[in-house]
Amino acid sequence: MTNPVQALNSARVRGWLYQALFLACALAVAWYLVSNTLTNLATRGVATGFGFLHREAGFEIGESLLPYSASDTYLTALVVGLLNTLAVSAAGVVLATVLGVLIGIGRLSSNWMVNRFATLYVETVRNVPLLLQLVVWYTILNRLPSPREALEVLPGIFLSNRGMKFPVLVEHAGHGWILLALVAGIAAAIAVVRYGRRRRETTGKPFPTLPAVIAALLLPPALAFIVTGAPLAFDVPALAGFNFEGGGSVTPEFTALLIGLSVYTAGFIAEIVRSGILAVPHGQTEAGLALGLSPGKILRLVILPQALRVIVPPLTSQYLNLTKNSSLAVAIGYPDLVSVSNTSANQTGQVVEAVAMMMLVYLIISLAISGFMNWYNRRVALVTR
Amino acid sequence: MSKHSSADQAPIPTAPVPPAHWAASYEEEPTQASAPPQPNGMTALKPFGWAKDNLFNTPLNTALTVACLFLLWLVVPPMANWLLLNASWSGSSEACREAAGACWSVIVVKHRLIFFGTYPYDEQWRPFLACALFVAMLGASGVRAFWRPWLAVAWTLTLVGMGVLMWGGVAGLTYVPNDRWGGLPITLMLSVFSIALAFPLSILLALGRQSSLPAIRTFCVGFIEAMRGVPLVSVLFMASVMFPLFLPEGVTVDKLLRALAGMTLFTAAYLAEAVRGGLQAIPKGQYEAADALGLSYWQKTMLIVLPQALRIVIPPIVNQFISAFKDTSLVTIVGLYDLLTAATVATTDPEWRPYFAEVYVFAGLMFWIFCFSMSRYSQWLERLANRYTRR
Repeated sequence: MTNPVQALNSARVRGWLYQALFLACALAVAWYLVSNTLTNLATRGVATGFGFLHREAGFEIGESLLPYSASDTYLTALVVGLLNTLAVSAAGVVLATVLGVLIGIGRLSSNWMVNRFATLYVETVRNVPLLLQLVVWYTILNRLPSPREALEVLPGIFLSNRGMKFPVLVEHAGHGWILLALVAGIAAAIAVVRYGRRRRETTGKPFPTLPAVIAALLLPPALAFIVTGAPLAFDVPALAGFNFEGGGSVTPEFTALLIGLSVYTAGFIAEIVRSGILAVPHGQTEAGLALGLSPGKILRLVILPQALRVIVPPLTSQYLNLTKNSSLAVAIGYPDLVSVSNTSANQTGQVVEAVAMMMLVYLIISLAISGFMNWYNRRVALVTR
Repeated sequence: MSKHSSADQAPIPTAPVPPAHWAASYEEEPTQASAPPQPNGMTALKPFGWAKDNLFNTPLNTALTVACLFLLWLVVPPMANWLLLNASWSGSSEACREAAGACWSVIVVKHRLIFFGTYPYDEQWRPFLACALFVAMLGASGVRAFWRPWLAVAWTLTLVGMGVLMWGGVAGLTYVPNDRWGGLPITLMLSVFSIALAFPLSILLALGRQSSLPAIRTFCVGFIEAMRGVPLVSVLFMASVMFPLFLPEGVTVDKLLRALAGMTLFTAAYLAEAVRGGLQAIPKGQYEAADALGLSYWQKTMLIVLPQALRIVIPPIVNQFISAFKDTSLVTIVGLYDLLTAATVATTDPEWRPYFAEVYVFAGLMFWIFCFSMSRYSQWLERLANRYTRR
């Protein structure tokens, strides 16, 4: 027989009590906030609900991956903003990884000068706020000469205060076939890797995976390229009057954001790569040498698989940070999700809905990236009993 | 250890910890571990031998060295000319237009605006004194011998003193409302207050995340993951536009406090992950021993777990502080007047408009000095912690 007083001594009963109390408090606070918000919205005469998404937005967006005009709906505008965010993040992740890995290896270089350069880069970039760096890049790009005196950084690539101009391929019917051949090649490469691994695991015989993969990736598109008549005409931007004609272009806002995000994040990725490689004990390299492996094979078969285990988890958070940091676009006028949401909220007054949607979308992006990287991490993680 | 899940200044696991007998010389460069092995002690005496070992030992390295030298030759002379040799150090913007180099006179003219924003000009000795007090306290807090209870008292007094200096209204000081504040004091105060307020909150969140009560655990996990999943900009937007909606009619909170609340909640989520790392690093035996002694949950937490866990998380907290310090620059987006906003405003003066680079270099240097010294400090702390745990 337990009376109520004795029941209070049970950890389980008290646990339930605490939780009930906590839930009651949380609900009370939530109710208080929601009722305040509703009253405030009512007194300000602001509509609630997501009906505004289907109304006409009425504002232009500087750059868009979709056809968009001011007469489209708010929903379309927000999708345009989301696509802009994704575009700059995807490009930034690739650029930052390449730059970060190079600089991380540079920090480990036995060459004193390369080492110092890499250290200088990392210490400078990591200790200055990203927003300041973005503003600086944007100011620099905006004060570049006009298109007539554009800088030709690489042959065919022009930088001016209207952004960056670069050559693009002229469309040709053969491109579809080359793309198709590439997809087939990727499928073949995956099959080759699987076969090679199975053969190694069952028979112990090595299989030249790397050359086979390269062949599988390169041969089909190359064949398609030759068969369709080598369609390789470029549309190079050329000065006509006061501006460039032809070629592809990106705006100064996009360029500044891309450079800023990549340069900043590369500093962090470099440190991650460095510590990952340093985390592999030197004995591993020596053991590889003792087995008679070549330096390239030691890097590929001994060091990298172990270093990746240390590198992948923090790299994931850097990719997430880059995506979230792309929201600083609002400071330099790149129409990303935050900036478009902000404009929509200002025009409709439906701040709660706009901010909630914006946060939800970022949460989904974050979950998707970390889901993908966790999947990859499981593949490289140490398999123990 | 959830070391990797902390904010963007996440503690980078440094080189393998040196054996204990090295620990005495922790002033040495952290990059030393990655530096090329020195063949013998004679290298310092033979510069040519050193260069041969470190710059020209393989064909690849020789090529890299030549490339670096070429880069230096391209960059250093023009930079030196611009920064120092051809720079104009004082005088009007006309003098600058004639000089080929940097125009440092823009800093001379605008430094009061950059540091103190729109604070009344004649009263700017007050924010200056407040900042000096603040930086002195930060420096003193870094010294281990001062880690005593009186430090907390000293901080409380400092903050009260700063409040008096900044607001005024007593002791013959004129009252300055906080929408006139700007520049460095805003940056310093927002970062320190957000960390100080986030710290207790983060301990509760971390404990809640480890709790065995599902309702509390779910709430804490949800809060932490939601905050870490969205950008700070959106949190600041929420704080600046939605806070007023949450409060009853007629109650208003000023802009500075709203931004502070947003930053505190955001920082707390990241700090909570750092604290969780500390909690997880404590051996299970410690929890079991506390249970065996019959301690209650709070006795166990306050007497056994937290004292050990918090010592481990001091370096990640410093790293989070660096992040918060850099992140304060984002408040410019919600219309607060921090160091970066002040610098941007300084570049919009038509007379000095061409000299934006100088102003940004100067503002960047300010941020860099604070962040770099703090990151060096946190590396030192990490080595210090390792000295006590690794024998």
